[in-house]
Amino acid sequence: MARSIKKGPYIEERLLTKVRKMEAEGTKNVIKTWSRRSTITPELIGYTFAVHNGKKFIPVYVTENMVGHKLGEFSPTRTFYSHSGDRKTKVRK
Amino acid sequence: MARLAGVDLPKNKRMGVALTYIYGIGPTKAKQILKDSGVSPDTKTDELADSEISAIRNIIDKEHKVEGDLRRDISMSIKRLMDIGAYRGLRHRKGLPVRGQRTHTNGRTRKGPRRAIAGKKK
Repeated sequence: MARSIKKGPYIEERLLTKVRKMEAEGTKNVIKTWSRRSTITPELIGYTFAVHNGKKFIPVYVTENMVGHKLGEFSPTRTFYSHSGDRKTKVRK
Repeated sequence: MARLAGVDLPKNKRMGVALTYIYGIGPTKAKQILKDSGVSPDTKTDELADSEISAIRNIIDKEHKVEGDLRRDISMSIKRLMDIGAYRGLRHRKGLPVRGQRTHTNGRTRKGPRRAIAGKKK
């Protein structure tokens, strides 16, 4: 179910203060964050975030198209495995 | 025979049903359109007067996105998801279920027919 509009989008407070600070200074550093649940707002456009995926930080450069999504959507948490060349078992019939 | 929104000309059906042959119009929208244009949903396609056809056409053109436009919109939004590298985009790219369904079993609609795994027979 979608979040109530009354509350507005959820963003981690600390993340915003960091972004605002960088904006004031005019610097653009990579922000490390665990806050995958934060919504991307127009304020965050142009910054790079290192979003934790449970193991490491995935760099996410925020563009205009990403507004409204969550940071976590760009940092996959699962490793994809597929079978490739399982030759040993092939001989058995 | 009526021709609406491009190529659709379902014949000999009640309008409430006939309109659903247009991509992007289901039973609910069909009802809505007929109500807005003042056409009875029970008239058959063949019996439609020219004025009624144009009334329906006007309303579809103005208020509803159908056929090509709708298809383009949908594929554009999927493309957007893929381009920004969102999780949902990745799932679309791989042709797997997008909305968090299990894939251990099931999910055949997205994955297509089962492919035999080499050497999986006793």
